[in-house]
Amino acid sequence: MEPLEIAEKLKREFANEVVDISEFRGQVSVTVKRERILDICRFLKSASEIEMDYLADLCGVDYPERRFRFEVVYNLYSIPHRHAIRLKALLPGDAPTIESVTPIWKGAEWHEREAYDMFGIVFNSHPDHRRILMPDTWDGYPLRKDYPLKGRDTSDYKEFNEAKLLHTHDDEWNIDSSF
Amino acid sequence: MTIEKTEANGRLKAEELTLNMGPQHPATHGVLRLVLELDGETVVKCTPHIGYLHRGVEKLSEHSTYFQVLPLTDRLDYISSMSNNIGYCTAVERLFGIEAPERALYIRTMTGEMARILSHLLWLATHALDIGAMTVFLYCFREREKLVDLFERLCGARLTVTYPRIGGVKNDVTDEWLDSLFEFTEEFPGRIAEYETLIDRNRIWLQRTKGIGVISAEEAVNRGLSGPTLRGSGVAYDVRKYMPYGVYDRLEWEVPIGKNGDVYDRYRVRMEEFRQSNSIIRQCIERIPSGPILADEPKFVLPAKERVLNDMEHLVQQFILMTKGPQTAPKGDVYVATEVPKGELGYYIISDGTGKPYRMRVRAPSFVHVAALPGLCEGNLIADVIANIGSIDIVLGECDR
Repeated sequence: MEPLEIAEKLKREFANEVVDISEFRGQVSVTVKRERILDICRFLKSASEIEMDYLADLCGVDYPERRFRFEVVYNLYSIPHRHAIRLKALLPGDAPTIESVTPIWKGAEWHEREAYDMFGIVFNSHPDHRRILMPDTWDGYPLRKDYPLKGRDTSDYKEFNEAKLLHTHDDEWNIDSSF
Repeated sequence: MTIEKTEANGRLKAEELTLNMGPQHPATHGVLRLVLELDGETVVKCTPHIGYLHRGVEKLSEHSTYFQVLPLTDRLDYISSMSNNIGYCTAVERLFGIEAPERALYIRTMTGEMARILSHLLWLATHALDIGAMTVFLYCFREREKLVDLFERLCGARLTVTYPRIGGVKNDVTDEWLDSLFEFTEEFPGRIAEYETLIDRNRIWLQRTKGIGVISAEEAVNRGLSGPTLRGSGVAYDVRKYMPYGVYDRLEWEVPIGKNGDVYDRYRVRMEEFRQSNSIIRQCIERIPSGPILADEPKFVLPAKERVLNDMEHLVQQFILMTKGPQTAPKGDVYVATEVPKGELGYYIISDGTGKPYRMRVRAPSFVHVAALPGLCEGNLIADVIANIGSIDIVLGECDR
């Protein structure tokens, strides 16, 4: 099926949920509200002739200046029908929570953990909701746009004692350690 | 191992042992840490901990121009940097709406398959070593050496090549180089047969791999597995066939698949891929057309070096593209997947019209495969953990990004 047809079908099924449909370079994105994301994904996976059985990718995106600051992007693919579609769920900046899609695609588990780790997006009823790439004690969400590229003060990170030890003799050597 | 302790009443008490495997363990193929809860020799629970190699590639990309991101992609799956580069360039070209010339596409397909052979050779070498077959390791590195030498002659680098460019490739291939590559493809099928005589029907090999780490086709798709790890379960999903890029749709080749989804079938799939890759390279050598190797798109593609050194306009163009990025990048987002040796490598790039990507997400196959590891290991013996890690073919540089 053509991606636009899938988008139209989705719009007929979930008229109140679909906010926007856009096409770029032959790839179709459907922007949806977050409340019924599980129903939408379940429909896309089970509806005959759509059968999105393969969750290629799931990631977060941060748009600090928008009303809905965060987006969760689902790149779906159907192996039997060879078609793809992209879902984008809108999340407000003050309470970025959404239902986890792990009951539908188990592969979403670690992608969602990463989106939490990097953006602070909370996935409800996720089986193992922890940070994944950063240490558990990390403060802040590195991929948010307001997080500086070079990170914040590393002294927050308690286990980084070696680094401090190295700089204890800085005065003797007249090295400026205030980088 | 179960630790037995004597309780106050004189009876033996058994409790589960927690074992830390990694992050510095030779069989984890990088800095992967597995926390294993053991009951005797059976793994009850397996919890992978990753992130030891996290360098923030996605964050760095948001602060670099499209051209500066290219060397970063080398460091994802450093075993097959060529494939990562090709994937990235294909994605950016789709975003910009430009196309690389024919000859460049052929060169990319060819070098991409060379990277696949390189990666599979390293996989076979280490996987066999982990399970106890030492000789294969030395044999594989002999052939690997020839291919990295060819990479060195092509672009000067052996491991992190940064050879493809947005809109084409860096250097043209010479006829001598193609001859050397052709010689390699002549002898390589014989080498594959050699590896197979070493292990294919080796009784220890069969016992260590057959019926181990079984994953059903449905489960594998549901978990998002890709590449040979998915095809070992009998799903013929290959990005090169399903969403062709390069010149894959114009060549004749097959997608080998397994049946049982165990370690042995995944091994067989990769062995067959050697032959397919070899045949793809040969077809490319025979059919490669002459012509330019970089697209003529001054807004997005770096100018030729001689022009940069000889006239002002091209110098300025090169300077702007490298330091500020293309000034007329279209707004939009694309998800472009390519088939790298490990599986489906996807780049999801969002452009806001500036010279730097607004967001660049890397969908790394190793990340997904490590996530599936507990499912393969739990309930099985601890020795099979090693076989399972080998069979899903992971590189932690890509997993942690």
